[in-house]
Amino acid sequence: MNYNGVEIDATFAEAFPMRATRIIVTAQNQKWANIAAQSMTGFATSVIACGCEAGIERLMDPRETPDGRPGVSILVFAMGGKTLAKQVETRAGQCVLTCPTSALFSGLHEGDQIPLGKNLRFFGDGFQISKRINSRRYWRVPVMDGEFLCEEKTGMVNAVGGGNFLILAERQAQALEACEAAIEAMKALPNVIMPFPGGVVRSGSKVGSKYKALNASTNDAYCPTLKGQTRTMLSPEIESVMEIVIDGLTAEDISKAMRVGIKAACSLGPKSGIHRISAGNYGGKLGPYLFHLEEILA
Amino acid sequence: MTAITFTLKTPSKQRIDVSPLVPDLLIEKNFDEILGKTLNVGNRLKSVGDLFNVAGSNPEALEFHGSTAQLDFVGRGMTRGEIVVLGDAGSYVGMHLKGGVIRVNGSVDAYAACEMRAGTIYIEKNAGDFLGACLPGNKKGMAGGFVVVRGNVGHRVGDHMRRGAILIEGDAGDYLGSRMVSGTIGLLGKSGQNLGYAMGRGTLLLAKTPEQLPVTFNDCGTHTLGFIPLLLNGFSQVDTPFAAMAETFARVRRLSGDMCGLGKGEILLAIAH
Repeated sequence: MNYNGVEIDATFAEAFPMRATRIIVTAQNQKWANIAAQSMTGFATSVIACGCEAGIERLMDPRETPDGRPGVSILVFAMGGKTLAKQVETRAGQCVLTCPTSALFSGLHEGDQIPLGKNLRFFGDGFQISKRINSRRYWRVPVMDGEFLCEEKTGMVNAVGGGNFLILAERQAQALEACEAAIEAMKALPNVIMPFPGGVVRSGSKVGSKYKALNASTNDAYCPTLKGQTRTMLSPEIESVMEIVIDGLTAEDISKAMRVGIKAACSLGPKSGIHRISAGNYGGKLGPYLFHLEEILA
Repeated sequence: MTAITFTLKTPSKQRIDVSPLVPDLLIEKNFDEILGKTLNVGNRLKSVGDLFNVAGSNPEALEFHGSTAQLDFVGRGMTRGEIVVLGDAGSYVGMHLKGGVIRVNGSVDAYAACEMRAGTIYIEKNAGDFLGACLPGNKKGMAGGFVVVRGNVGHRVGDHMRRGAILIEGDAGDYLGSRMVSGTIGLLGKSGQNLGYAMGRGTLLLAKTPEQLPVTFNDCGTHTLGFIPLLLNGFSQVDTPFAAMAETFARVRRLSGDMCGLGKGEILLAIAH
C-alpha cells in the first residue's frame, strides 16, 4: 500500500491489555498545573522499568476543571490494577501533593475505584477534613501553602497499551521531523497518550534478549547500523527509524490515533525523506490487539 | 397522569400524621385503596376519604392543599417522587427522607429534615427548631441530601448533623450547628448565639460575620480555600443562590472549634475583598 508516496508495510502493530485511569491536576495557573503534571508523568515511559506509562492527555480550561482553575488531564496506564493503584498513589504523593497550589481530581468516575487521595490524607496528621460533594468524597489536607485538595478515589478501566508505528527515513533529522508532525496531530486526540520522550522512541525493542536477565532488547532488524550484521528489515537508503508508541483507553482510540499520526507523517512525503511506515509486529508474542496498518488507513 | 391532590375538607384541630401518604406507599394502590388508608388524627384513626378530597392519579407526584399546618410527617421515609405542600406544614417534614423532593410553599414546624439521608427539601418560608437534627435521644442527625430554606430558621439547626447541606437564605436562631459531626450549613442572614456549640467537625459557611463570635473557636486567619468553589458548584444541583456565590466566599476567615470538644469543626466567614 502507498499513501502520499510513502510505502505502508503490510503488517500490524501488536498491543496488549492494560489498566488505566485519568487524573486531573489543577493549580493557581497553567504554569504550575503543567509543572505538577510533568512531574507526575515523569519517568513513566514504559512499564518495562517505570512501573507505569503516563502522559499528559491535554490541557484543561478553568471552565472544564472541578475547582474552576487551569488544569491538566493525565492518563496513567499499568499492567495490572494493583500496580496502577500503587503508581498513582506514589506519584500523587510525591509529585502533586508537593507541588505549590496544586489540587488533584479524578477524571474517570466509571470502573473499579482505586485510591487517589484516600491515603494521602494521612499526611494531614489528623487535621485533614473530609467533604462529600455530589456523592464523591474529597480531602482537604492542610499544607504549608494552604490546603491540598484531592479527591478520594479515581476510576480504573480496561485499556490498551503498546499501539505503535515506525517511521523509516533517509536521515535522522527527517525521521524526527515526521515524528514531530505526527505527535502534533495526535496530541489533539482524546483518550490517548504517547508516553515516550516527546512522544517518540528511538530505541524500539523486540521481545526477549540473548541475556537471560532481560525480557526486551534492541529491535536489531530496524537498527540501521546493523543492516549488514543481522536479518534487517531496512532497505539501503534507510538511515534512521523512529517509533511512536500509543496507549489508549480503547482499541478504537489507538486506531484513530495511529491513522491521524501516520497521515501526518506521510503528509511530508518522500521528498522529505520519509520512505516507509511500518509497525512493531512481534509475531503474536506481545498481545492480543492487532492494528493492521492497511486497514487503519483504508 | 396528574398529581394526586389531597385537599383537607375542614381544618383539623388535631395533628394529622400523613406519613402513609408518600409515593412509595401509594404506588400500585387504586383510588379506593388510597381513600381507605387510615391516618392518625390526634388519638383517633380516620380514613383518608374522611379527611381529604382526593383527585388525580399519579402516585409519584402528591400535593397537599388546604389548611396544611396541622400535617405532620409529610414525606416521612420516602425514597422517590415529589410532594408539594401548598401552605404551611407541621413538624417532622421529610423525616428519614431517603430520596425524592419535598416542596413546602409556606413554613414548617420543628424537626424538619430530621435524620434524613438523601433527597431535597425546599422550604419557601421559615423552618422551626431542630431542622436537620436527630430525634431526642438519638445521635445521628441529617446524613445526606439538601435542605433549602428561603426564610429564617429556629434554634439548634443541624444538631448532631453528620452529612449533607442545609442552605439558609434568612437568619438563624441560637446554637446553629450544635454538636455537629460533619456536613455543611450555609447561612446568608444573621446567626444567633452559641454558634457551633460543641461542634466536632463540619463547616458553617456564613455570609455575614456574627455580632458575637463564640469564644471557644480559635481564629485561623483569612484564606482562599480551593474546596469552596467545588462545594458551591456542588450546590448547583438544587435551586439556591449559594451555587453562584463563589465570589462572595473567595476570601474567608476561618475559625476552628469547638475547642471544648473535638475542635475540628470550622466557621468560615465571608470577607469583603
